Amino acid sequence: MKFRTNPGGRGLRTVLSGLLVMLLACAAALFAGSGAHAETKDEKTLTIAVSQEVDSLSPFLAVRRITTALGRLSYDFLTNYDPKTGKTIPALAESWTTSEDGLTWTYKIRDTKWTDGQPITAEDARWTFDTMMKDEAAATANGNFVENFESVSAPDPRTLEVKLKAPQATMLALDVPILPKHKWEGVGDYSKFNNDQEFPIVGSGPWVISAYEVNQSITLTPNKDFWRGAPKFDKLVFRYIDDSDAQVEALKAGEVDFVSGLTPAQAKALESADNITVNKAKGKRFQAITLNPGAKLQDGTAFGDGNKALQDPVVREALVRTIDREAIYKTAYGGFGEANGGYIPSRYKDYHWEPEGDAVIGFDTAKAGELLEGAGWVKGSDGIRAKGGTKLSFRFNVHADNPQYVQAAEMMREWAKEAGIDLKVEPVSEVGALLDAGTYDILTTGWSVNPDPDYILGINRCSGLPAKVGGPYLSDAYYCNPEYDKLYAAQLAELDQPKRAEIVKQMQEQLYKDNVFVVWGYADQLEAFRSDTIASMQPQPDPGGNYDSQDGYWSWWSATPVGEEDEAAGDSGGSSSGLMLGGGAVALAALAAGVVFLRRRGATAADDRE
Amino acid sequence: MTELPPSDAVPHLDEVRDRGDAPRGTGGAAVALADRRGRDDDRLRRNAAYLGKRLLGAAVSLVAVIFTSFFLFRIIPGDPVRVMTHGRPVTIEQKEALAREFGLDKPMLEQFVSYLLGVLRFDFGESFQYNRPVLSMVGERLGPTLLLVGASLAVSAALGLWLGVQGAWKHGSTADRVNTGVALTLWSVPSFWLGLILIVVFASGLGWFPTSGMKTPGVTGFDMVLDVAHHMVLPLVTLVAVVYAQYLLVMRSSLLDEMGSDYLTTARAKGLRDTEVKRQHALPNALLPTTTLVFINIGFVLFGAVLVETVFSWPGLGKLFYEGLSVPDLPLVQGLFVIFSAAVILMNLVSDLIYPLIDPRVRP
Repeated sequence: MKFRTNPGGRGLRTVLSGLLVMLLACAAALFAGSGAHAETKDEKTLTIAVSQEVDSLSPFLAVRRITTALGRLSYDFLTNYDPKTGKTIPALAESWTTSEDGLTWTYKIRDTKWTDGQPITAEDARWTFDTMMKDEAAATANGNFVENFESVSAPDPRTLEVKLKAPQATMLALDVPILPKHKWEGVGDYSKFNNDQEFPIVGSGPWVISAYEVNQSITLTPNKDFWRGAPKFDKLVFRYIDDSDAQVEALKAGEVDFVSGLTPAQAKALESADNITVNKAKGKRFQAITLNPGAKLQDGTAFGDGNKALQDPVVREALVRTIDREAIYKTAYGGFGEANGGYIPSRYKDYHWEPEGDAVIGFDTAKAGELLEGAGWVKGSDGIRAKGGTKLSFRFNVHADNPQYVQAAEMMREWAKEAGIDLKVEPVSEVGALLDAGTYDILTTGWSVNPDPDYILGINRCSGLPAKVGGPYLSDAYYCNPEYDKLYAAQLAELDQPKRAEIVKQMQEQLYKDNVFVVWGYADQLEAFRSDTIASMQPQPDPGGNYDSQDGYWSWWSATPVGEEDEAAGDSGGSSSGLMLGGGAVALAALAAGVVFLRRRGATAADDRE
Repeated sequence: MTELPPSDAVPHLDEVRDRGDAPRGTGGAAVALADRRGRDDDRLRRNAAYLGKRLLGAAVSLVAVIFTSFFLFRIIPGDPVRVMTHGRPVTIEQKEALAREFGLDKPMLEQFVSYLLGVLRFDFGESFQYNRPVLSMVGERLGPTLLLVGASLAVSAALGLWLGVQGAWKHGSTADRVNTGVALTLWSVPSFWLGLILIVVFASGLGWFPTSGMKTPGVTGFDMVLDVAHHMVLPLVTLVAVVYAQYLLVMRSSLLDEMGSDYLTTARAKGLRDTEVKRQHALPNALLPTTTLVFINIGFVLFGAVLVETVFSWPGLGKLFYEGLSVPDLPLVQGLFVIFSAAVILMNLVSDLIYPLIDPRVRP
């Protein structure tokens, strides 16, 4: 009866024993799992954390970063980009020549083999391009590359000949995976074929896609006969970890060896972690805002409701003068980035341009005020400038899912206020819909730039404007300047690289002066890897380059495991985890004893009551 | 009055018993039989009406969901073609070709009709992003979601109900206050945050569990079962921790309602043991509200646990829905919306139909 005096006793025991049962179940699973881990030890595996899902393993359809990167690893392209300089170098094409008129390109195809042992011939390349030209579904991903092709032929197994409609300078930047005709020509409908039924997938790159578990992992094995040399790791695994913080934890735990896309805060925290190297690579991507210059269709019809004041170049220049690019990268990007007004990022040395001396439209709020004052924009009682009923009050729509953009926008709002300009910062989930309708004043934007600048320059052509409201278009800013279009055509037709680079720089200067597409600079690409797994890897560019999403297969192809020859290295890890498991077992035994004890006491108490 | 067909293949149970019991050939018995038949008939009709009403309600809900699904996701701003091609070197022709392939160039009414015809054939079309039938993608991820969320439902219901009974029986005790307090605290913790804390402490910190995923690549056979169990611990604990409070509270309050009842006093007066009073008399009555709760939650199992699946990279349906929404991948989100809703409607229906069986008071 004495237990009656403690009515909470049994309940408390219930709580405790419940918790213990759960703990025991967890522990059982823990021990169960530790056995399953062991078997992959002797193989040298390089595990990369990824989150983007596979859209399709068919290079005809794949458009995502992860699947285009897989295409790079498993199929050779005609040409590749040098890891150090980014210049075009031979790949499947050993060499090439151009006709006098620039209309015929002849590539000599390397004598090498598909991973199923079949020889690679010019016919494979011809078939790949030809199918993209004739079949709309096969053109889904890379149709833009063959848009200007007149015909493709393979006069002999080692020669590929492409005839063009008009000369184009991008013929050495055909980033198209060449496919094995013998495996692909039997496929009926390319829009339904995802290339994910038969593994390993026959290819020609340094790695072979040998297994794919949807949303869990993609496993690649080395192509031992790769003509540039076999990769050094025994296995390359892309493992799905959706959450960025969870990726970082997995890196710390050693479950993955490489993570990318780190935030500045994550990179800072990882810098002090053991056996982890943080890589701050020069960014491929620019961050920018676009000022609505008056949305127009190709025929000049205006639409949308952009503030008319932004159609005045003086107002645009004044607004740009209130932006402190240095402060944005120092504060919002934690110092991981480069303030720069040039359109092509500075990592592409050949094509990058940046303003110098008097050409710089730099941060100077006083000058901004003077410019506006001179143009007749006078401050009202609320501190906002106005002229003829139009106020310098702009909607500033920011990608809500990008904290750096949001912070930079808040900073810009403060600076603009000093010059009498009112920015209404409004984070939104869908910037694109506002762009479609032309119902914005200022938007944030950002683009990844390829080694060949043709496409990123092309979006600002007048022909990139929509033909009708709601119709497809390429423009990101409703920029249209006939001078710029002329330069665009000239660079595309210029086959001499240094001369072409000169024109590309003039185009950037024009863009910069017009203040419609206003680049802030280039945030660093932040990555981290386990230095106790990976001894070395080839960055691109070198030095200061990135490992993830390279233009080429350099990083994963060149990655060298730590201590290939040192077999004893694995032991220390084993014994320490053994110790931990042993300790766990002792703790568990104690817990189990506790449960039994409590249950027995419970039983006695119940008996007493009867 | 309609007569039961004489050749009724599945006669009513009562009817069978009546036929066996009643001595045949006597007039009075025949009258009694007819009378009983009449009452049975009446009950049958009421049952049928109840069933019909519930079925009709479910059907109407389902049709409403099918209609809503089409328009709902077209109101969300976002152009699938633009989102899918953003940042890619595409020509305007490629964009037009994509719009054609997705059928977005057709008038809205035509798109709607083809969607409806598809749904009738249980065909939700092909995902824009993945070029694959929506149903096969759902099939692929159904297993992991059912496993994780189903297990968490079972564990949290068992744990919550058990603790709820203990709490109510000894209400006001230290254990009750602690239990309710702990449950409510966990209930208000964001699941993704709790998940991340568990990862930091037990996975990357102590190294007891994997940080995420469902299994180690390349592991097969029985090892895979163990491996999956090992991977499942942290997400399961997270899910259970944040939801068991609702079972605890519902169970506790409905049992508390019963505790003052006269029939319990009677039971005690008969000299029944405390545990018997609890198990035989109080519990069955208190279980009723919980039944509805459990069935509704079974319906929501399919919807998964988007946040927990994301934090632990569990390859389930929740993440698929999230990925579909960001495009918007219309066939995918439409299909998932209909399937999720259908599951909830179906489980509601089941609970409506089961309820009269366990509670005579609501019998029609």
